[in-house]
Amino acid sequence: MRVFLPLLLALAAALAASILLPFEVLGALDRDLAWSLVVELRLPRALLALAYGATLGACGAAIQALFANPLASPDLTGTTSGAALGAVVTAYLFGFSAPLALSIGAVAGALGALALLLALAGPKAETATLLLSGLAISALAGALTTLALALAPSPFAFYDAYDWLMGSLIDRSLEQAAFAALPALLTIGLLLRLGPALDRLSLGEEVAQSLGHDIARLRLQVICLTALGVGACVAICGAIGFIGLIAPIFARRLTRGHPGRAILPAAAIGALLLVLADLAVRLAPLGRTLPIGVVTALIGAPFFLWLVAHMRWRLAS
Amino acid sequence: MMLEASGLSLPGRLFDASIRIGAGELICLVGPNGSGKTSLLHALAGIGRPAGEMSLDGVDPRRLGPARRPAFLTYLPATRDIPWPLVARDLIALGGGDAAFAALELDALLDRRMDRLSTGERSRVLIARALAPRPRLLLLDEPTANLDPLWQIRLMQLVRSEIRQSGRAALVAIHDLDAAARYADNILVMDEGRIVGEGLDRVPDVFGVERVAGEWREVRPAADRRSWP
Repeated sequence: MRVFLPLLLALAAALAASILLPFEVLGALDRDLAWSLVVELRLPRALLALAYGATLGACGAAIQALFANPLASPDLTGTTSGAALGAVVTAYLFGFSAPLALSIGAVAGALGALALLLALAGPKAETATLLLSGLAISALAGALTTLALALAPSPFAFYDAYDWLMGSLIDRSLEQAAFAALPALLTIGLLLRLGPALDRLSLGEEVAQSLGHDIARLRLQVICLTALGVGACVAICGAIGFIGLIAPIFARRLTRGHPGRAILPAAAIGALLLVLADLAVRLAPLGRTLPIGVVTALIGAPFFLWLVAHMRWRLAS
Repeated sequence: MMLEASGLSLPGRLFDASIRIGAGELICLVGPNGSGKTSLLHALAGIGRPAGEMSLDGVDPRRLGPARRPAFLTYLPATRDIPWPLVARDLIALGGGDAAFAALELDALLDRRMDRLSTGERSRVLIARALAPRPRLLLLDEPTANLDPLWQIRLMQLVRSEIRQSGRAALVAIHDLDAAARYADNILVMDEGRIVGEGLDRVPDVFGVERVAGEWREVRPAADRRSWP
């Protein structure tokens, strides 16, 4: 817990910065305009970064604990792309302005992807099988999403979908933010309750069972919750990768390797990473705004490569 | 009588096994590879939704939740792989026991990560995980595997003295027939998913080996040794 306080303080500072910076802009506006700028633009954006990042962190930690594999994460297991496919298909049917339908579609897509992963790789997947299966599911969902784009009813629908797919926290209303944040909160809260069982699972599946845990039910709970949390966030913000991979790896350093106890710190680290990434996107003097999904991938992919190389080196030695 | 179980079954692996273990008894379970030793331990530990009745001092421990279960039974699997690199002390605590469990001389190992221990050291930590909660019923699968000769002796003596002193019970699957004969109060012989006998008398027909002039030798012909229904 001693390490947790600085983490929360950093998160609070990042959130405050995200809402207030750049300060000159707020100072130059009159009071009402500044207030509406904060409430209607920056607050939903900060809230979404917080909720999405925390969900990715918590779900990543839970999925890694469940598969007993530090390389599992919502994006590498195809959950995110499954959710994106579900959302794009739903968007064509109901439009991008129906957050509830979009959320349901995305959650269904995420659930489908996770079920497929479990069927393909099995519950105790080795790293290679897990990653290959996740890759196959991602590729399939990606191809179907591209197909859906190609069959777009109009150029506007295409542009909407494309823009959303890149992953963005911009121009979402407070109502939309709530559609992501409430399922996210529910997901994280319920995942936290599974923490002790997930810790016991690190003794091995048989031992966990002999200690009185129903592993089949645990697996179902983690998968449904992950689909709910990731699906709801993807529905509002599109696909954002790598946070769910990185945050749990740092979090477990704070919990002496306990994978279940790492869920809460992983949520905090995930939120911090995404709020910081969003801050970087907003304040970077590039003249135009980068999609945040691109930024997390640009930082996350090299980290992933380093991780794979590190694991290979450790296995070899 | 302490443990009574009957009709224990796991589909395709274990068929209608019954077992009774008295307080303070160490029972060894022997049988060829694939004979159902692990399956019987699983059925008693509640792994894989087994069928059958079980009573441990009047309670079916398989109905107990995670909070109370380790006081009734613990199970040591034959595998020594640990999916996460936990610190030894934390691993023992996760099993519901006190890491101060002193009997296995773990002091030098307690603060080290499991993936940095040798296989034998890892075995001792995992055994401590199963022993430390001091359960009424110990279910151990190949506890002496990977241990050096001194620790093999020490472990079996420890298990026997622990359960005798406190009137608990242990069921130990083991391949070392000599160790079984030396430490067990009774030996159960398994074959093809069934308990087929007690004592080492059945060993020649079940295993196809027998003791000749102080050493185990193959019995010939081994092909038709399985004669029971």
